[in-house]
Amino acid sequence: MKPYYNYPMDRNNAIISVRNLVKNYDDFTAVKGLSFDVYENEIFGLLGPNGAGKTTTLEIIETLREKTSGEITVDGFSVDHDANEIKRIIGVQLQAAGYYPNLNLVELMELFAGLYGVNIKPMEMLEKVNLQDKAKAKYKALSGGQKQRFSIATTLLNSPKIIFLDEPTTGLDPQARRNLWDLIVEIRKNGTTVVITTHYMDEAEQLCDRVAFVERGEIIALDTPDNLIDQLLARGFERTKEVKKANLEDVFINLTGKEWREG
Amino acid sequence: MNKPYNHTKATLALAKASFRSIMRSPSAVVFTLAFPLVFILVFGFMGGGGIKVDLAVAPGSDMQNPVIKALEQTAVINLVKDKSTAEIDQQLEKGNIAGVIDVHKNTVPQPAYLADVKYTSASLDKGNILKSVLNNLMYSLNTRDLKPSVAKIKESTVHGRTYRTIDFILPGQLGFSLLSTGVFGTAFVFFSLRQTLVIKRFFATPVKRSSIILGEGLARIGFALLGAVFIIVIGHFFFHFTLIHGVVTVLNMLVLSVIGLIVFMGFGFVVSGIARSESTIPPISNIITLPQFLLSGTFFSIDHFPVWLQPISRAMPLTYLNDAMRQVAFEGVGLWDVKLQILIMVIWGIGIYALAVKVFKWE
Repeated sequence: MKPYYNYPMDRNNAIISVRNLVKNYDDFTAVKGLSFDVYENEIFGLLGPNGAGKTTTLEIIETLREKTSGEITVDGFSVDHDANEIKRIIGVQLQAAGYYPNLNLVELMELFAGLYGVNIKPMEMLEKVNLQDKAKAKYKALSGGQKQRFSIATTLLNSPKIIFLDEPTTGLDPQARRNLWDLIVEIRKNGTTVVITTHYMDEAEQLCDRVAFVERGEIIALDTPDNLIDQLLARGFERTKEVKKANLEDVFINLTGKEWREG
Repeated sequence: MNKPYNHTKATLALAKASFRSIMRSPSAVVFTLAFPLVFILVFGFMGGGGIKVDLAVAPGSDMQNPVIKALEQTAVINLVKDKSTAEIDQQLEKGNIAGVIDVHKNTVPQPAYLADVKYTSASLDKGNILKSVLNNLMYSLNTRDLKPSVAKIKESTVHGRTYRTIDFILPGQLGFSLLSTGVFGTAFVFFSLRQTLVIKRFFATPVKRSSIILGEGLARIGFALLGAVFIIVIGHFFFHFTLIHGVVTVLNMLVLSVIGLIVFMGFGFVVSGIARSESTIPPISNIITLPQFLLSGTFFSIDHFPVWLQPISRAMPLTYLNDAMRQVAFEGVGLWDVKLQILIMVIWGIGIYALAVKVFKWE
């Protein structure tokens, strides 16, 4: 059930460690004492319904949000004291981030290169995400899939050790989604750790080495997708409908072709 | 990776991006360049002619006489000929013309001509000018061959620098251009960067908040200075805007522009902080810019305003920018001579930035 890759991970090497993370807002508690580790070079999925606290957790690790209490280290740096060090080694794709208006992709790349303090060739970065043909286009003029790939390109500028992707495939058609999976797998192959949130369980099953289920600010399960499925079956779960060897998405891909189209 | 992070590089990258963005934004270009330019063109072509009084010549009036000849040579008088009596009466009632004159030969030899003049109550001020012009003219015509019995006026004019309309209008328009680009531009940019999460994405990079503000500020100042130079150059070469010390005067004006713009950007930061939605930015910005546009001596000298209005005018920062600009450009004074105006702008700046720090929102 894992056709894409099978990389061994160093289980002892946690690159992110979260301990007893709590985040209170004025009237409610978004995160209630989360603890988990993300291992070096794995793809780690945070799953759960909307409002479960996934994005809040991510943003606290990304140093974009203050935590109420708890300990977080990212590659040995504490979010409390070394926020700027952390920012330099991570890449962040936000759920709905916008980009500076009126600039084309190359100019945006130049801007981010300046913000990260790195020297890069914008065209090379765009080639990495297959957007070289759109170099002179404005971000607004891109399709959903292209926007996400551009977003990911901006997270790779500083050759980060970890990238965070918050619902990168939401709203994309099946082809664009698969295209993005390939990109994410490619990024991991180059040694980058990936932390991703998604609402698509097939995606998590395909991509993630381990997933954590978050519900009402707490982790209710954390394991490899395989183990979690086995555990469910061991509890006597049965699907109400006999599963066929293909599903409707397979039909969709089969009928409309695999290659991804722009637009 | 171990290289220290370069904040200057980040600031300049932001400034460059912002400058490119402003140059491609139609509203910024319209407000900073087109809008002031239109006013400068309008007032430039109206020229420095001063007051003109329209005086109609009644149909049937004698045209070949010294009175009409003298009137034709009077700069203040614009003779309106070839109008019917009905048209003239109508325009008199509306006050479009200040009076009508009918000259005819006298039936007796002395005086040779009689001139009937009708004024209108609809244009009293111009009527009075007309009256004194006519009196003056008749006096000189009648006394041409006489020796004065009491006293004779010996007139002469000191030749000073010509103060044209453009010398008043251009600094005002420049000030207004700085005001609108400072307030509207800054407010819109920071509001929309915040709203579209552009700033949030910036925060995921090691950039400092001060670099974001500074980068944006640099871009806006660069753009506004470009606009200022453009306006001054057009004014100087097409409408003879007076620049007493040439380039030095321009540089002084640019220094004033930067001071003014920084103050006005403070208003922009405040607006971006208190605006609840994009559509509330224009009304709030207008509350700040319109009174200054009207009351800060952009079009008229505030000395002509009613006495009760003048203290309000004298409270506004644009008043002092306009005032300083005019003194620097036309009177050629140095920046030290307008230190009072600069001081008041700086005080405004301190006040508005203190407020901006309180209300400005990053997310």
